[in-house]
Amino acid sequence: MSVPSQAKPSVIAIRNLRNGFGSVIIHEKLDLDIHRGEVVALVGGSGSGKTTLLRSIIMLLQPISGSIKLFGQEIVGIDEQAAFQLRRRFGMLFQQGALFSSLTVRENVGVPLREHTSLSTKDIAEIADLKIALAGLPADAGGKLPRELSGGMLKRAALARALALDPALLFLDEPTAGLDPVSAGAFDELVAQLKKSLGLTVVMVTHDLDTLWQTTDRVAFLGEKRVIGYAPMAELTRSEHPLIRAYFEGPRGRAAENRRAE
Amino acid sequence: MADSRVFPEPGKPALVQPEGAHYFCRGDWTLAGIEDLDSRLAGVNWPNKDLQLDGSGIGAIDTTGALRLLNLVAELERAGHPVTLIGLRPEQRALLDLVRERRADAGVSAPPLTRSNPLERLGRAFVSHAQAGLQFLGFVGEAAVSLVHALWRPDRLRWRALFGNIEDAGVRALPIIALLAFMLGIVIAYQGGQQLKIYGANIFIVELISLTMLRELAPLITAIIVAGRTGSAYTAQIGTMQITEEVDALRTIGIAPMDLLVLPKLLALVIALPLLTVFADALSLFGGMVMAQALLDVSFTDFLERVPRVVTLTSFLLGVGKAPVFAAIIALVGCYQGFHVRGGADSVGRQTTVSVVQSIFLVIAADALFSVVLGGIGL
Repeated sequence: MSVPSQAKPSVIAIRNLRNGFGSVIIHEKLDLDIHRGEVVALVGGSGSGKTTLLRSIIMLLQPISGSIKLFGQEIVGIDEQAAFQLRRRFGMLFQQGALFSSLTVRENVGVPLREHTSLSTKDIAEIADLKIALAGLPADAGGKLPRELSGGMLKRAALARALALDPALLFLDEPTAGLDPVSAGAFDELVAQLKKSLGLTVVMVTHDLDTLWQTTDRVAFLGEKRVIGYAPMAELTRSEHPLIRAYFEGPRGRAAENRRAE
Repeated sequence: MADSRVFPEPGKPALVQPEGAHYFCRGDWTLAGIEDLDSRLAGVNWPNKDLQLDGSGIGAIDTTGALRLLNLVAELERAGHPVTLIGLRPEQRALLDLVRERRADAGVSAPPLTRSNPLERLGRAFVSHAQAGLQFLGFVGEAAVSLVHALWRPDRLRWRALFGNIEDAGVRALPIIALLAFMLGIVIAYQGGQQLKIYGANIFIVELISLTMLRELAPLITAIIVAGRTGSAYTAQIGTMQITEEVDALRTIGIAPMDLLVLPKLLALVIALPLLTVFADALSLFGGMVMAQALLDVSFTDFLERVPRVVTLTSFLLGVGKAPVFAAIIALVGCYQGFHVRGGADSVGRQTTVSVVQSIFLVIAADALFSVVLGGIGL
């Protein structure tokens, strides 16, 4: 098998993807490539299938047809054993955190470690504490239950769990939704820092225009059941496509761009 | 097919190899690579002088590997071997620094468990149970007040919810109640019949079946089935609404959760359970009748003729009359536990368990109380 000559290999390569529920088609002939070390955001209006696309990439949803390659491996029709192996190579931050409510934060972060490695309980606790600190939580957060945390801390705890296995690829579903501007800004910085120091590839679904300007390398705009624009923010906002214009031209889009310019 | 050159599978084992004065770290210092590192390090002889740990042979390193490497250095220094770490690439060095810095802020293990003495725990348990009992009484009082309001203004009652609940708790429970009551009739007739046959007192099977069933067992078994089937559903429904803040949403819209969630359930069960009990009475008599004919040669006609003569109206009404009380217990406990859900999914499970256990316990306790009191006044 020949190595593609391009400098940056695709961590995710989607070809001709078709997704749908019953008679409703969500994606049709959708293509997308995400390179190693990139921070890519999926945006689009409500119902454009951002979360559906994310769920098919992380193998929670079987597409109707098409091809998705994750780390070069085809995941459409993948068998359970291979899927298990692949799952330890990416982390997912769910929109509501999805922390297990009966476990403390430290135990939550330890769950993937316990499931995928044979490390001792002491080592797992130590690694979990490191991830909790990496996610920017104070030291006493590890012993707390999810319901005792504020919204921003919950997201960080969920991020710590997503980072538990040192994944090369990180998925974030609306990471800053519901956070106050300070927490949201801090979360953006955290993602940028982790990307820089851990070499992560990050794929996120977000509506947060500030996040789009601050952290992303490229933005994929979903509409008309496929990707209708895929470029860095500065370029994408100059697109002539009516859907993309409508999305970014509003006062909020302008304001975010101006903040970026300052 | 995975392209191994583009995406190396993690997991060449990490190890330390001595070569002259240098100790070379090799392999992947990643989560997969450092498993069982301790056993591989056991064979290394550390010299009793300054040693240089050379990281130039490290393939890949992640935060877990960096943590392990830092721990190794710390362990060696504690054992009296000053260590210099050399040969790391700048980005590896940066990662190591990040981990070192973050680990300094990282939490030490959980606070020590405070052990209290048994007497203290007994006291705490007593106080918390007493408080829970008082809170439940408060809830019953609240429900009674809204019930009075609702009866005063019947137009404000949620009729749609009431009929929906009657269908769910009553009509849909008919098949399972029919089956269980029928089988219970068979079991009692079989066990009692064996004894009666010895004395040739076959016909007394009618007394045995009709009195035990109508007065005690049919109301009880119906209440227990409904507690498991409907009481648990009430807790789970209200509990989930509590978590998703739907209960708070009702309050802010100006709908008292008591009116919308509790009263229709309470009234529905108070109406449905006596009806279900009569149904269970009939089916359990039928079960006994079938068994009496098969085992004791008591024909259906003989059986049915004798029933009205041995069962007084009082016995029948006492059996059915207990049902609304059981219904109130089940509905109130179910709803009360639902409102006590806090936090997340595990709490829903816990409160649902508590709800079923408590309502069955209270139903049986109330039944015992009925027996004692009714016996006392000679009924």
